[in-house]
Amino acid sequence: MSSVQIRDVRKSFGNFEVLHGVTIPIEDGQFVVLVGPSGCGKSTLLRMLAGLENITSGTISIGDRVVNNVQPKERDIAMVFQNYALYPHMTVGDNMGFSLKLRGASTEEINKRVKRAAEILALSPLLERYPRQLSGGQRQRVAMGRAIVRDPQVFLFDEPLSNLDAKLRVAMRTEIKELHQRLKTTTVYVTHDQIEAMTMADKIVVMHDGIVEQMGTPLELYDKPDNQFVAGFIGSPAMNFLKGHVRVNGVATFEGPNGVKLPLKSAPAASDGKPVVYGVRPEHFTIADDGADAEIIVVEPTGSETQVFAKLGGEQVVAVFRERHQFNPGDKVRLKPDPSLVHLFDDGTGKRLNA
Amino acid sequence: MADVALAQRNAKSQVREASAWSQLKHNRNWLGFWFMVPAMAFLIFFLAYPLGLGIWLSFTDTRIGRVGHFIATENYEWLWDDAIFWLSVFNTLLYTFLASAIKFAIGLYLALLLNEHMPFKALLRAAVLIPFIVPTVLSALAFWWIFDSQFSIISWSLKHLGLISQNINFLGDTTWARVCVIFANIWRGVPFVAITLLAGLQTVSPSLYEAATLDGATRWQNFRYITYPLLTPIIAVVMTFSVLFTFTDFQLIWAMTRGGPVNATHLMATLSYQRAIIAGQLGEGAAISSAMIPFLLAAIMVSWFGLQRRKWQQGESND
Repeated sequence: MSSVQIRDVRKSFGNFEVLHGVTIPIEDGQFVVLVGPSGCGKSTLLRMLAGLENITSGTISIGDRVVNNVQPKERDIAMVFQNYALYPHMTVGDNMGFSLKLRGASTEEINKRVKRAAEILALSPLLERYPRQLSGGQRQRVAMGRAIVRDPQVFLFDEPLSNLDAKLRVAMRTEIKELHQRLKTTTVYVTHDQIEAMTMADKIVVMHDGIVEQMGTPLELYDKPDNQFVAGFIGSPAMNFLKGHVRVNGVATFEGPNGVKLPLKSAPAASDGKPVVYGVRPEHFTIADDGADAEIIVVEPTGSETQVFAKLGGEQVVAVFRERHQFNPGDKVRLKPDPSLVHLFDDGTGKRLNA
Repeated sequence: MADVALAQRNAKSQVREASAWSQLKHNRNWLGFWFMVPAMAFLIFFLAYPLGLGIWLSFTDTRIGRVGHFIATENYEWLWDDAIFWLSVFNTLLYTFLASAIKFAIGLYLALLLNEHMPFKALLRAAVLIPFIVPTVLSALAFWWIFDSQFSIISWSLKHLGLISQNINFLGDTTWARVCVIFANIWRGVPFVAITLLAGLQTVSPSLYEAATLDGATRWQNFRYITYPLLTPIIAVVMTFSVLFTFTDFQLIWAMTRGGPVNATHLMATLSYQRAIIAGQLGEGAAISSAMIPFLLAAIMVSWFGLQRRKWQQGESND
């Protein structure tokens, strides 16, 4: 186990820079998730950490050692690939023991360690099978077993669950998290799925277009997104955004599209008339007499909660209620956001304005 | 609903009453048979019939212009005591073994080389194919000149470099002649092996190499533990074809040496042609050709067992 330091790392392919100076400190034993839309550079960063891509500038250290020019096999890391990359011509046992075999470990040692990893992952009955004879989830576990056997300083996961069906993905998510709690190995996990990021991470790093937009614990990111991108990316259903202006005459309010007035707890400094983006999470709407007029378009009950799509000032918003209201499409309701949970962003830079 | 059900029942009874012919028209197996007929006819007329005729001829004393009589295995008994026939068998085995082994080695090397990132890759891949697209007889004629006893460019070059004082008698010396025809066959056969193995190499997922590299494999270990085992099924196919083509080679030898000097380069195919067509002894020639069958079958058997789906290829097909 070790800490990992990524300092001002840049990566260019030819003249095209895909990572523009990324700095991420990772503590010993932390589970860090790099999340972002495709093309944001998260996989490239992981491959640079693994040593599969060169580092254009900046440094990456594992423990106290700068590994920029260290061969992948000397870095003491193990990686789980998106397509698992299991060797098709080797049995599960041979797949897991391959790295030890290359390192020249004794057969006894290899067997012992493969057996232990197989027990951890419930793979013991499958050791003699070939990858083709396994289901998707089993292959995924073999890929993790291959990493565990090596007992590395850092685990790297590159979208490991994206080839699995929805149900299995949820199960494997828990399994990976449990495994991490048990082994406590520093882990860097890449995904484009914000729910995976939220549920698994100690620390989430949201990346976009080759920069780090924000990093923090899942709830920090959820409760206090630094900018509009993070606010929109984290959370499902996504945060509602309304464009408008701040009005300060006595009480601070937000004037949205078509004159809709929405409450603000306090106005950001010197902000009368300032164009802003008003962000409110779907579950922070309530039905109240002093709310803004809205017309219901679609009602989607999921059982535990009900998602309501409505027109507010001509814009479509989504609200989520845990209590069971009787809604029908076409109904007029009054929606009121909780002012203490409202997010204000600069309409332009997208930066967070309220504290 | 009732109407529809009624209509269906009517339709069914109509089918039942239909004639045997219209029933046959709708029979999938009957239709399938007719789809197979062209391919079957082609195979029967151009492969099975000539093969059967050849084997039959080998049991007769047919000559050109004279209908033969059945003489049982007399042709084979005759060949058994024929030193030239046994020399041709030896030549064929030597030719096939050496040429195939070297073609495999060079082909694999080229395939690995062309699979790397390098400048002008597409151009180089196209260039490798050149020997394959030149008509065999043309390339044989070119080699004939290259190895000519008087005008050989090799002799000329070596003389000018001061390495030899007189021309090498390439196609006149028994050892040199064998070396030359084997060389020509290798030159011609390498592209097939190289391009097919290259296609095989490209089916190997790059992430396997990345995984192996992270597991600590050197370049040699990558080849030894990943590339080679994954390539074996394709190697088996390519080498079977290569062996079959080489074993039955005729054009190259006939154009370069006609089996000479002193039968040193006579293969079974060329000897068969010489005896059957040039000398007119169709029965004896057919016997030589038929004698190739056991060797070819043996080669096919080897690859049959080599090709059988390996254990790791069995199971679910998705990956």
